[in-house]
Amino acid sequence: MLIIGEKLSIIAKRVREAMMKKDKAPIQEIATRQWKEGSGIIDANIGPAEDGGEDLMQWMVTTIQEVVPLPICLDTTNANAIEAGLKVHNNQWGRPLINSTSNDPERFPILELGAKYNAQVIGLTVGKGGLPADAEERTGIAAEIMARAMEYGVPLEDIYLDPLVLQIATSQDHARHVIKAIKMFQEINDPPMKTVVGLSNISNGCPKTLRPILNKHYFVMLMDAGLTAAIADAHEMAEALQEKKMIEDVLAGKKIDDAKKMAEITKTIDVIMGKTLYAHSYLEM
Amino acid sequence: MAFVAPKETYSGKVYQVNAGTGANALSFGGENVLPFNSFEGTVPNKPLIAYEIQDIPPADWPENVQKPYSSVSGDPVTWAKFCQDTLKAKAIALRLIGTHPDRENRSPEDAAKTVKDVLSAINVPLIILGSNNAEKDAPVLIAAAEASKDKNCIIGKAQEANYKTIAAAAMANNHKLIAMSELDINLSKQLNILITQMGFDKERLITDPMCSALGYGLEYTYSVMERIRLAALTQNDLTMQPPMLADVGMYVWKIKETQAPESEVPLWGNAEERGIAWEATTATALLMSGAELLIMRHPKAVEAVGKVIEELGG
Repeated sequence: MLIIGEKLSIIAKRVREAMMKKDKAPIQEIATRQWKEGSGIIDANIGPAEDGGEDLMQWMVTTIQEVVPLPICLDTTNANAIEAGLKVHNNQWGRPLINSTSNDPERFPILELGAKYNAQVIGLTVGKGGLPADAEERTGIAAEIMARAMEYGVPLEDIYLDPLVLQIATSQDHARHVIKAIKMFQEINDPPMKTVVGLSNISNGCPKTLRPILNKHYFVMLMDAGLTAAIADAHEMAEALQEKKMIEDVLAGKKIDDAKKMAEITKTIDVIMGKTLYAHSYLEM
Repeated sequence: MAFVAPKETYSGKVYQVNAGTGANALSFGGENVLPFNSFEGTVPNKPLIAYEIQDIPPADWPENVQKPYSSVSGDPVTWAKFCQDTLKAKAIALRLIGTHPDRENRSPEDAAKTVKDVLSAINVPLIILGSNNAEKDAPVLIAAAEASKDKNCIIGKAQEANYKTIAAAAMANNHKLIAMSELDINLSKQLNILITQMGFDKERLITDPMCSALGYGLEYTYSVMERIRLAALTQNDLTMQPPMLADVGMYVWKIKETQAPESEVPLWGNAEERGIAWEATTATALLMSGAELLIMRHPKAVEAVGKVIEELGG
């Protein structure tokens, strides 16, 4: 399982301030920590970055790669910023990953960049319209993205299909649709397509104490479905791997000795699979 | 071979809630099937319609729904008696709208007095509603709950911002409680959990997922109600098993379709009939999605919906 370290995101206040001040220390500290915790790629999420995106992405890529021998996941909707980042990316430490193209025509130029710079590309299975309703719709969009990738000269083994994880607190049914989509994505090509998720979005909007619990369970369930990569908190995912056997035992219908843990795992699986209705206090019921 | 109609069986059941005291006390809820599907299980009670009245004259209601009450609505006691005695209301919902800071800002004491006066004039169950100002509703509904102690009223609405005080008051004075969240099934469940975690009996709760009028988001209310009911029945989700309220009149009689006179929109036809039809249609849709308690305004709309309930054998 490839972990794409999620922590260098403009959404985090400390990271945003460091980006604005071009203060290398916090960026390098966070990048190094994620590397030590087991990340195989570092995500650099600079947001829409409409002004100065090119400079910012180049600064991020070089700042991170000065201290961490890993490839970067270039995460922005600004195609020019992605290209700027690709130009300075140190490929000696692995091929860059672009986040992302989709089935929206505005996102097609991203594939051109993938071909031109020999980068891997995340294909988010959404179109121009609304969100996909279920796993089948996601798979239909995936097929279109794959056809387009071939058209633009990006090999299918360089595409990571992303089914789009939504918040369980507001879109509970999608939690299980995404698990199913991960399975279906692998079936539409031989060799199976690679897959990726933005994992932590599952628990976005949930109480702080609940977030790691949901993230870890979802991670294990997606892993069992065959997930290739996750944009996630590497530290949390290392913990998830320690709890993996317990979670899998409960999934398989076995009982585990720790009754409290058993209840937590059962309830969380039920919420993810839509067997019980989510509420912030679901663990207390 | 004879045709056998397929039947669903459900693992859950809606709680039966009663309101009022003595011979006119009434129950609603209690079914273990989807609305009106009595052939699949038991439906012990019909949905209950309460007539809405308020503590101050209904100057903000459209003329066509003011009219039936024009001789009585100057005083909540006369109004309540009229609904009970003349319109044969089975329940009355008293909205303390005059307590709203932007309206007459009536005090909790004034509200308590109105509640006492109305209660002493009627014998059907009473629903007591605040003005939907979360801050002001807390003291108003505490005073109202105390003024109606042991009368087994339905008090509401408790929301995320004020549920603690209102639930405590309902509990201390032996009332039922309406828990309202804003068109979000997960928040609705969460609020029911929080209220029951205070020690409030879940079988004394009524869920209000928030109403909306036909043409103004009715499908959202419908969908949330339907999903709540399915969670109650198919997943046996105990937190989603209280009966549901549709507070129809308030939402219907504020939209332009129930207000615009025929002279302005000739194609829409007679304004009075239109308003009545709008209220009856909205209410009927929400009955289908699972509402067991309706609050309505126009007597003719109540009559029409009552007929639907009778004909569907609810």
